[in-house]
Amino acid sequence: MITQKHIAWAVGLTALLLLPLLIRLMFPDTDRYYLHLVIQILIWAFIYTGWSMMGRFGLTSLGHGAFTGIGAYVTVLLWNFAGITPWIGIPVAMLVATLAGLLVGYPCFRMRITGHYFALLTLAFTEFVRLCIIGLRDWTGGSLGTQPTRYGDGLSFYAVQFEPNRVLAYYIVLAVWLIGLMIWVKVDRSMDRYALDAASQDEDAAASVGINVTREKLKITAVSSAMCAFGGAIYGQYQMYIGPETIAGLGVSLNIVFAVIAGGIWSLMGPTFGAVFTQVLAEGLRVGLRGSETLSKLLGQSALALDTFIYGLLLVLFIIYMPKGVIGTLAERFRQK
Amino acid sequence: MLDLKGVDAGYGAFQALFGISMRVNAGEAVAVIGANGAGKTTLMRVISGMLPASSGTMTMEGSDLRTTPPHKVVELGIAHVPESRRLFPRLSVEDNLRLGAYIPSARAHFAERLDYVYGLFPRLKERRGQFAGTMSGGEQQMCAIARALMSKPKLVLLDEPSMGLAPVIVQQVFDLVRRIRTEGYTVLIVEQNVSQVLKVADRAYLLEVGRIVQSGSSAELAASDEIRKAYMGI
Repeated sequence: MITQKHIAWAVGLTALLLLPLLIRLMFPDTDRYYLHLVIQILIWAFIYTGWSMMGRFGLTSLGHGAFTGIGAYVTVLLWNFAGITPWIGIPVAMLVATLAGLLVGYPCFRMRITGHYFALLTLAFTEFVRLCIIGLRDWTGGSLGTQPTRYGDGLSFYAVQFEPNRVLAYYIVLAVWLIGLMIWVKVDRSMDRYALDAASQDEDAAASVGINVTREKLKITAVSSAMCAFGGAIYGQYQMYIGPETIAGLGVSLNIVFAVIAGGIWSLMGPTFGAVFTQVLAEGLRVGLRGSETLSKLLGQSALALDTFIYGLLLVLFIIYMPKGVIGTLAERFRQK
Repeated sequence: MLDLKGVDAGYGAFQALFGISMRVNAGEAVAVIGANGAGKTTLMRVISGMLPASSGTMTMEGSDLRTTPPHKVVELGIAHVPESRRLFPRLSVEDNLRLGAYIPSARAHFAERLDYVYGLFPRLKERRGQFAGTMSGGEQQMCAIARALMSKPKLVLLDEPSMGLAPVIVQQVFDLVRRIRTEGYTVLIVEQNVSQVLKVADRAYLLEVGRIVQSGSSAELAASDEIRKAYMGI
């Protein structure tokens, strides 16, 4: 049966498929820049969706910056130093991230570490991974980051490199993002969702109806960490640069959490909206404020930090006034009417 | 059906249960009575695997309960209605019931069981879409019992079903217990409301500071002077 929902999806998908054309028509000279922005949004939307797999069940992890980092670095290092194609490197990276996630998750879930303590523990894990990356500077380039070795002209199926062709890159990340949404829907319709919802509300009661709480949490951790590692790897392949600040570490973890909370953690499109919102806001503030001459005269060097400041302030306001996120709040309003 | 021999248990260095031996036969309703802090809830938690026993033996129809992890206990046919109801407050009534039928053997019969418990508790059918946490205490207790019945258990553990409820509602809750008895479930019930529970149960054990000090038929215990004085205020 075709419902309104199906039509909305069809229209949305068509619009997304035609988006590169639209951008070229609207911004004939700067289409590469706008496509870049959209590609960034889609990659992060995928990563945010991956994080929300756990986040929506009360597993507030600050460890996902480690998973994106593992995804990006393992892929790139295998390529640079062993010549292993990312077709193998990315699955290996996902496996490493999943194992790391299970290794951190198992004792946490077994000993019932939840809430703030879980967040702190995963935070420590992120820092551990970041310090490893910086410490192994001979391979990773330390805090300066590193680049995947360019294969030929930088466009290669074998090396999974597609950066020069922005339109191709766009369709690749669009597919990735759609896969992310499909995984979300699959989880959302499974019995695991009920089990995890129950466990997040009352672990004892969940166990008493026969839910193996530890196993359910490990399952979702595996899905979530593998997704984030995949997202991190794609990010590296697209950016052709990876650094501890941009794809690994606490900063990344915090961005993920903020964006998802702003967008809405409980709805399918929430994380995506969070990505649109935070990326556009950050980019808009950066271009708008740093480009302004009056501001730089008035504030001197500190104008450079103004965009970050406003960004942070807006996020704080969001968390206070829209705890369900933009999508969640809108959905509620809509339902009331 | 359920058989405990010399079961010890506790929290860390604190021992809460000392050599508990008791049995529940198929078709019986057995009560464990005692004051606050006597170890009644601890006993329930030990049976349902939430708290490991430190020694003794514990079997359900011959299967060793001590080596069964909590999420497997329900597969042996034991459904636990925990103290203070413990519903999933931000899930609908129907989703709570759905989780009651979580184990694979019950999941296949979900629709059937749902009809069955809605038949037993029509009120829940009216409230099926509501968040469980927004119902009244009595309705929540009803929902907690219904959730336990969803797994088609043989033995239902009821932990203080009357706790925190108004006297009128307490009466209704004991009526519920009677009803599930007539449906053929074996019941092990823990209560502080001694006079009421002895009317529902066939036999009872009296628990004092972690030890069983008296046992017998409900009529015997209800006639005992000690119990009448200490627990029934007569």
